[in-house]
Amino acid sequence: MFVELNNLLNTNPDRAEQGKLTLLCDAKTDGSFLVHHFLSFYLKANCKVCFVALFQSFSHYNIVGQKLGVNLTVARERGQLVFLEGLKSAVDVFFQTQEEPHPLQFLREANAGNLKPLFEFVREALKPVDGGEARWTYPVLLVDDLSVLLSLGVGAVAVLDFIHYCRATVCWELKGNMVILVHDSGDVEDEENDILLNGVSHQSHLILRAEGLATGFCRDVHGQLRILWRRPSQPTAQRDQSLTYQYKIQDKSVSFFAKGMSPAVL
Amino acid sequence: MAAVASCGSGAGSTGSAVATASKSNVTSFQKRGPRASGTNDSGPRLVSIAGTRPSVRNGQLLVSTGLPALDQLLGGGLAIGTVLLIEEDKYNIYSPLLFKCFLAEGIVNGHTLLVASAKEDPANILQELPAPLLDDNSKKEFDEDVYNHKTPESNIKMKIAWRYQLLPKMEQIGPVSSRFGHYYDASKRIPQELIEASNWHGFFLPEKISSTLKVEPCSLTPGYIKLLQFIQNIISEEGFDGSNPQKKQRNVLRIGIQNLGSPLWGDDICCAENVSNSHSLTKFLYVLRGLLRTSLSACIITMPTHLIQNKAIIARVTNLSDIVIGLESFIGSERETNPLYKDYHGLIHIRQIPRLNNLICDESDVKDLAFKLKRKLFTIECITKLRSYGLRSQKYFLSRHSQRKCSVKKNPYFKEPHTLKKIY
Repeated sequence: MFVELNNLLNTNPDRAEQGKLTLLCDAKTDGSFLVHHFLSFYLKANCKVCFVALFQSFSHYNIVGQKLGVNLTVARERGQLVFLEGLKSAVDVFFQTQEEPHPLQFLREANAGNLKPLFEFVREALKPVDGGEARWTYPVLLVDDLSVLLSLGVGAVAVLDFIHYCRATVCWELKGNMVILVHDSGDVEDEENDILLNGVSHQSHLILRAEGLATGFCRDVHGQLRILWRRPSQPTAQRDQSLTYQYKIQDKSVSFFAKGMSPAVL
Repeated sequence: MAAVASCGSGAGSTGSAVATASKSNVTSFQKRGPRASGTNDSGPRLVSIAGTRPSVRNGQLLVSTGLPALDQLLGGGLAIGTVLLIEEDKYNIYSPLLFKCFLAEGIVNGHTLLVASAKEDPANILQELPAPLLDDNSKKEFDEDVYNHKTPESNIKMKIAWRYQLLPKMEQIGPVSSRFGHYYDASKRIPQELIEASNWHGFFLPEKISSTLKVEPCSLTPGYIKLLQFIQNIISEEGFDGSNPQKKQRNVLRIGIQNLGSPLWGDDICCAENVSNSHSLTKFLYVLRGLLRTSLSACIITMPTHLIQNKAIIARVTNLSDIVIGLESFIGSERETNPLYKDYHGLIHIRQIPRLNNLICDESDVKDLAFKLKRKLFTIECITKLRSYGLRSQKYFLSRHSQRKCSVKKNPYFKEPHTLKKIY
């Protein structure tokens, strides 16, 4: 986890809020560093994490996680991490018929299916184990990333249904957290992606939006991060709080600074 | 040679050392390092594959794309397990050359090839591969090998190194060179012996699609389903996914898919705005990437993205590929007569580079890249653009090699893309 980002968000692993949905969104840049941050954050907070990793392989997250101080292999063996590796599972589902419904069953279906098997997988992974001490503080669902589901043929409404079911189970029933990454297509008119992004942003408590700089590529400033705190349950009588920072990603950490205050400029 | 990069950084390294697990976990995304073996020998069990080297940044195993200049721009080469997507230029003149250089590099290094096309027979594609430009030492070696192969009867009596006469003669021509990255001569064809000595598989869609389809309907077009099954068969039969641990020599599978997404594959994303099945191509790419991540293979795909009218699909395809390079040729456009571009044939855009096992990637600072195809060589150069804000805001355009011809004094500042400060 990035200590500077913790300071900006005013949290640390010991006293994080529960029952929150965090939306990570990236436009014209790669926002995957935020996923790595939250993965290591919640593993350090001793939470039970279910990671639906559709975008990269397990060893990628593992190697980056080791740079950030968590070991995913050990966490998986201990039972703290339930990892669904999308790429490997897709190959299994596609080439062999499965007996029981697989979380990625929709890959075999001709029409845009629903994500019920995936939801069952998540619920099974995060349900509290009866009769035993509570080893983990609270459950967390991490999804990287949701736009891949649209590319695989699932409709935007089906994905929103899935998020709704997960939110009801994870955030409300189990008092856990959810972190979701959605790509913002920007000026490319991807209607389904826009529907998905708008739908999830209206339900989220915290939105972290990583944008590329409007002026283009820069070696010293990799992008801009907008942080927006929301209260979705209450009608907005007060304005939501929003902050903007620029960042530069280094090998093991990310440094944040106010706009225009990059160390390279000063 | 005005290429941006020299392959000096990779020359001399004959096969790189990579630690491979002895268990079934074969993904190449592993940290490089010696492994303590349980046997008596204290040295680490290292396996080296010809034509690969580990990345400087994260130990990722890399193969050359066939163009050393492109290798340098991509941060060393193409990582094994990833997809290189080339967005074809408008009249499909230069993208086949990149495709063929990739395949030729595989033949020269002794890798296994898998060539898939809906337009041309893969055997014909292989006949048209460019010939490698060998330096004098390896060329002499190659000539001697050819000589030995052609006249097995002649026993040349060795006078000095007579012990070597007792060794058995080579039966087949091995890989010509295990160097990383070679230059290719676009005007000559690859020698027939090299093609025959290589191991390749071809997938020609009209032949394969005529057989009956025994798969349950899913939203992929039949051509894509057949291709995925073919690739998966080759990977599992030849052990690229680690399923045959007895095989002594590990090798890399290079997959080349030509004109993916074109109507010849049965997909209509290039024809219509409202596509009947818009997820076929993206699903194919996802499953393909899943296959690649779990095996020792690398894939090059050329796609006519300029024909795809639905921009959302292009964005999704870009997100699902690892490296995306766009070629824009000047033929038929107004830039053909622009004096800035008179030495070049087109622009090359590196649209995306993946971040593998890392938070950052080796993005090159240079964004203005142009290519030209001389009589023999395909080179990539950086166009340096200078602009001076004088009274009349004149613009000076210089390309790197013509700086000397200009009357501007040679100055260290001119080496980089730079805007001169306003002179008051």
